[in-house]
Amino acid sequence: MSQQAGFSQKAFTQQLKRYYWLYTGGFFAFIALLAVAEQLGMGRRAIGMSFLLATIALYAMIGIMSRTLQVDEYYVAGRRVPAFFNGMATASDWMSAASFIAMAGTLYLQGYDGLAFIMGWTGGYVLVAVFLAPYLRKFGQFTVSDFLGARYGNVPRTFGIVSTILVGFVYVIAQIYGVGLITSRFTGLEFGIGVFVGLAGILLCSFLGGMRAVTWTQVAQYIILIIAYLTPVTWLGIKHVGFPIPQLAYGPLMQKIAVLEKKFTADPGEQEVRKIFKDRSDAATALLADPAKSYAEGKAALEKKAADLKAANAPADQVSAAEKALADYPKDIEAAKKKWTTEKGLSARAAPPREHAVAFPGKDEKARDLARRNFLGIVFCMMLGTAALPHILMRYYTTPSVREARRSVFWSLFFICMLYISAPALAVLVKFDVYSNFVGIAYADIPGWLLAWRAVDPTLLNIVDINKDGIVQLAEITIGGDLIVLMGPELAGLPYVVSGLVAAGGLAAALSTADGLLLTIANALGHDLYYKMINPKASTKSRLVVARTLLLMVAVFAAWVTSHKPGDILFLVGAAFSLALSAFFPALVLGIFWKRANKYGAMAGMAAGLGVCIYYMLTTYPWLRNVFGITAPIADYTWFGMAPISAGVFGFPVGMITTIVVSLLTPPPDEKTQDLVSSCRYPVLEGEVDTKNI
Amino acid sequence: MIQLSEKHHEYWRKNIIIVAILLAVWFVVTYVQSWFAVGLNEINFFGWPFSFYMSAQGALIVYMVIIWIYWRYMNKLDAEYGVQEVEE
Repeated sequence: MSQQAGFSQKAFTQQLKRYYWLYTGGFFAFIALLAVAEQLGMGRRAIGMSFLLATIALYAMIGIMSRTLQVDEYYVAGRRVPAFFNGMATASDWMSAASFIAMAGTLYLQGYDGLAFIMGWTGGYVLVAVFLAPYLRKFGQFTVSDFLGARYGNVPRTFGIVSTILVGFVYVIAQIYGVGLITSRFTGLEFGIGVFVGLAGILLCSFLGGMRAVTWTQVAQYIILIIAYLTPVTWLGIKHVGFPIPQLAYGPLMQKIAVLEKKFTADPGEQEVRKIFKDRSDAATALLADPAKSYAEGKAALEKKAADLKAANAPADQVSAAEKALADYPKDIEAAKKKWTTEKGLSARAAPPREHAVAFPGKDEKARDLARRNFLGIVFCMMLGTAALPHILMRYYTTPSVREARRSVFWSLFFICMLYISAPALAVLVKFDVYSNFVGIAYADIPGWLLAWRAVDPTLLNIVDINKDGIVQLAEITIGGDLIVLMGPELAGLPYVVSGLVAAGGLAAALSTADGLLLTIANALGHDLYYKMINPKASTKSRLVVARTLLLMVAVFAAWVTSHKPGDILFLVGAAFSLALSAFFPALVLGIFWKRANKYGAMAGMAAGLGVCIYYMLTTYPWLRNVFGITAPIADYTWFGMAPISAGVFGFPVGMITTIVVSLLTPPPDEKTQDLVSSCRYPVLEGEVDTKNI
Repeated sequence: MIQLSEKHHEYWRKNIIIVAILLAVWFVVTYVQSWFAVGLNEINFFGWPFSFYMSAQGALIVYMVIIWIYWRYMNKLDAEYGVQEVEE
């Protein structure tokens, strides 16, 4: 695939299509082979392992085949990625472990309110299409910071570099975490080892070939992840709506779910279980009123009971039971408080099932209004964040022309929607299956494969006969969001080989995003910082050496951080969007659409936007509050009741207004800069600025 | 300083207008639609509550159509105003 004289874009596209059709066929053959092996008695772990190792080896092979020594190839894949393939690569760059594994689970658990992520993570591409992609492609250098640097100067470029690293790093940790989780669940390897196995896969993809290698592996990863996602959805569709494309037909199923929800709300067994949870929660609340007194009283009562039984010469089993109860009693007041707080939290399970189709549920008008506001806040932040994530914007530098960049946004969204339209359907299908096939059966009839998931990871499933009637009540089941996608194949009655396929799909989603992010971070350091600011005279060879060294260092550091399991991964992913939109969106969009925007405005706007966003997160997010020792009540810092994940709704307007006001108060940008803006706006312009030489 | 002709300005104005129209549609299917979700969900849309359908699928299809229209429209505009790229 090297650049030659007489290179034809058309022939290249044809050749790519041929390669990827062959590849897809080969992948199906591989699945068939494993399916046969399963029938012949191949074990689950062996199947999981073969899938993971075979796909990682495949990506590595593509990565090595795409090695390059040319700067253009390393940073922008030679700028000849056809729109269709760039769309696929962007889609897998975009869809992370969160989209693949967690999205359907969120929809299962939250119903309508979870749809904020579906709209937010797709509608942002409209903004990419009309505000950014074509103009950045025309500008045509390598990174987002390049644009900020050329348009506003070196200080905003530095802001860009810092924000790119901040956003990318927060996001990449979540991806490596996903890789470790999937690897350890399906192969039984330890989490920490899983992280480093995944890391090896990521590095093999991107190390030698940079953007070029990442692009072609991302296309391969998209094909695997979409096959893996759609297979169980199709089979569940046949099972429940009698139609292999349930995306078009799951509406009536929602009405059946609504009927079941009403039934469970009124069911005496369900009510009994919920009452037990409520009583336990109430009891713990009472104990927590005066923990020291409750602790002493509880302990004394148990001691007295044990002593009384001994004195009365009670049967040995009663005595030992009393002694065991005493031994199990919390060791100190702190431990007791912790235990009671957990018990108090059971009140959440005392509520009737959440209605899937109902928007913004809440106990009163105020709670409903708050839910609606936060729904819109999340949609807003995810959309504008999408249009500001450097690893996505970078992909539009790789198309051959402005036309192709516009077209490529369409294909990106098309390939993303293949999964995003299926996720709500999957959530409904699984919910219907659980409600109609599991609730109400006897405990003895619970299928073994379901309990096997509990053994793999206890957070995925908790099912205990609370009211001891031997029947499964809905209120007795707690499902972890990740389980929805993972158990899809088994619910559909498919062989384990499909579960292995789903694992490979999840891994592909996590690896492809991690690849793109690591490359973006390494480029911010190697290209923007080293080449553009520290050593502009560096030779091609030393630029690539620096780029690769930094890639390796960033990757190892990220894996090291991840192997310590930093908490609150999901929050961090959402936070990355709010941070990105506050830092980049105003400066980028105004930079193209408003010639008057100048470097002072951009500096002030980026600093103010990012500052407000970070401040809001620090003061309202419990984990960060802890880290920074903020003790005043959260309510004092909360504005309009917005959740910390949506901090961007404040960062954005502040950044926008600051950029405009400060720009107007300071001199307009010079002629050269205004010419640059003109050049970006027209695909071809006489006398346009040659961006290669600035 | 690049001298932009009246035609160039017109091209840019037309670009801004189409963007404004498309973003208005984008705004309605996203924000207006979900703001009124509780009421709209009363409408039965082929079995789906209407707002649920829109947020789960309808809006996504509209987004794709918006991007498709923008891509086609701008290609035409490029040719009309003589700023299109030369095909390889």
